[in-house]
Amino acid sequence: MSKKTILNSQLSTLNSQFFAFVRKEFYHIFRDMRTMLVIIGIPVFQILIIGFAISTEVKNVEVAVYDPSNDEATNRIINQLDASEYFNVVRRLKSANDVDNEFQKGKTGLIVIFSEDFGKSLYHTGDAAIQLLVDASDPNQGMTISSYASSVIAGYQQELLQETNVPVRINPEVRMLYNPEMRSAYNFVPGLMGLIFMLVCAMMTSVAIVREKETGTMEVLLASPAKPIYIVVSKLVPYFIISWIIFILILLLSVFVLEVPITGSLVWLNVFTLIFIVVALSLGLLISTVVKTQVAAILASGMGLIMPVMILSGYVFPVESMPPVLQWISGIIPARWFNEGAKKLIIEGVPVRSVLKEMMILLGMAIGIITVSLRNIKTRLE
Amino acid sequence: MQKKNNPPFSILNSPFSIIKVENLTKRFGTFAAVDRITFSVGKGEIFGFLGANGAGKTTAIRMLCGLSKPTSGEGFVAGYNIEKQSEMVKKNIGYMSQKFSLYEDLKVWENIRLFAGIYGLDGKLISRKTDETLKKIGLMNEKNTLVKELPLGWKQKLAFSVAIFHEPKIVFLDEPTGGVDPITRRQFWEMIYEAAEKGITIFVTTHYMDEAEYCNRVSIMVDGRIDALDTPKQLKAQFQVESMDEVFRQLARNAKRVEN
Repeated sequence: MSKKTILNSQLSTLNSQFFAFVRKEFYHIFRDMRTMLVIIGIPVFQILIIGFAISTEVKNVEVAVYDPSNDEATNRIINQLDASEYFNVVRRLKSANDVDNEFQKGKTGLIVIFSEDFGKSLYHTGDAAIQLLVDASDPNQGMTISSYASSVIAGYQQELLQETNVPVRINPEVRMLYNPEMRSAYNFVPGLMGLIFMLVCAMMTSVAIVREKETGTMEVLLASPAKPIYIVVSKLVPYFIISWIIFILILLLSVFVLEVPITGSLVWLNVFTLIFIVVALSLGLLISTVVKTQVAAILASGMGLIMPVMILSGYVFPVESMPPVLQWISGIIPARWFNEGAKKLIIEGVPVRSVLKEMMILLGMAIGIITVSLRNIKTRLE
Repeated sequence: MQKKNNPPFSILNSPFSIIKVENLTKRFGTFAAVDRITFSVGKGEIFGFLGANGAGKTTAIRMLCGLSKPTSGEGFVAGYNIEKQSEMVKKNIGYMSQKFSLYEDLKVWENIRLFAGIYGLDGKLISRKTDETLKKIGLMNEKNTLVKELPLGWKQKLAFSVAIFHEPKIVFLDEPTGGVDPITRRQFWEMIYEAAEKGITIFVTTHYMDEAEYCNRVSIMVDGRIDALDTPKQLKAQFQVESMDEVFRQLARNAKRVEN
């Protein structure tokens, strides 16, 4: 046989076997509507929940005031705050010590602290300090509170200017408590993607491969001339495509529902995500070479992949605030690197060379895991 | 057994055998699951491969199908070395495993198409033969039915048709009639006979001793060895009993392995 005919015959087995397998995998997936709904439903649902959780509407925020100065100026500011529909002044704090406990006590969203001799310094030097402490555990809410409060103060400043014709300056010093980095719900989008891909790629593929072992069809396939590598790789193809569709779906929802602007390069974001999807798929492959039952596959991917992704990837808890040991452990979790890279590309909009490190780490992980699982497949099937 | 005492004769030289096995052994650690078995199966023969659970039947079949490599000994299936030419072996055999092994969520015709495609059959040939086959086994109306909706007996018939669809030289049937009602079992054996008439060699394991009577020759494995191999008639005469059931009991009584 000449080289060409060998190639042709290989292409024809590729055609008759590989694509037949891929088609079959799609049948499996589409005929299992419940699983299909879960796969597509989870990301949509989560994005929508996050979308609704972000409320920018601020009304009747409880305000506490610490006013050691207690003069005409401070009282007018307090009254104007109270009069606005956004704020209700509910408490006057007696000492600076009370400030610390105030947020813990109740639903207070804002604490206004005047400097001592606020009025005096305002009239004498034209300069007075005021501090706004904002509960920023909900960052959007926090932002809105601080900007409304600042505008009430600016309004008072304006009034004074008209009354006295003396220019005064009130400097509100805003401090966002509990969430100084202002991590917004937007930050959850990349983390959520990491989680979803682990679920779809790793869990679903490992279950799909192990299912064939469990039902006995794998043995029949192995007793046939089908190439084991085709059998396995054909299972990855549909999940690769589905994951990509989910990725695009999440992007569309984040842009049009959450109004997260995608500031980075869309092409590189796709490339970066596809690399991560390959990592997740190869993890599913690896699990399938180790476990024997579907239940074990679910447990292995649930406990071994999804839990760590939730806890250690920076999805829920920021990596920077973890103890060093956990930071080190999080380094072996692919989703952590995806999370960091995707955040940079989506939110910060940095050029691709800034995520080169993350990309290389993910690429290395993909190659490593695929090598190990292919070796495992070979030895396992004998 | 006598053949072993006769050095110049080797089963591997016999010209009419389609399966030839000599001293085939599979060890897992120190445990010999299959212990130096030697036998041959003639072309077109219906060969019964009997033994209690744990006697080593499935391990032996797996080696013959190229699913597992022998620890020692040699075997040829359809003229190919089971260890070195397992790809060629696989192309020339059909296999029906103990567990029902079609895809439950694929339609009847999709299952046929998939497996026929794996064996490299041409698309047009597959469609023509699919109808022929389904008509023959009375499942033409179920062509578009998902396999999981079929009763077990029909599934088994379908699985057998799929296993011989590509007209293999040999078909290995690992307990094909487990859990099937007597009437379907009867029909199933009619299909086996029909396939054998077409020249397909049948290598079948079973726990039903009445089925053992249908075989041309029967081997009985005990503790990894083949303790008896002959026609059912000869075996009954040798053990001076009325039925294969009693032959089997007499041999299995000596087994040391615990059933698992």
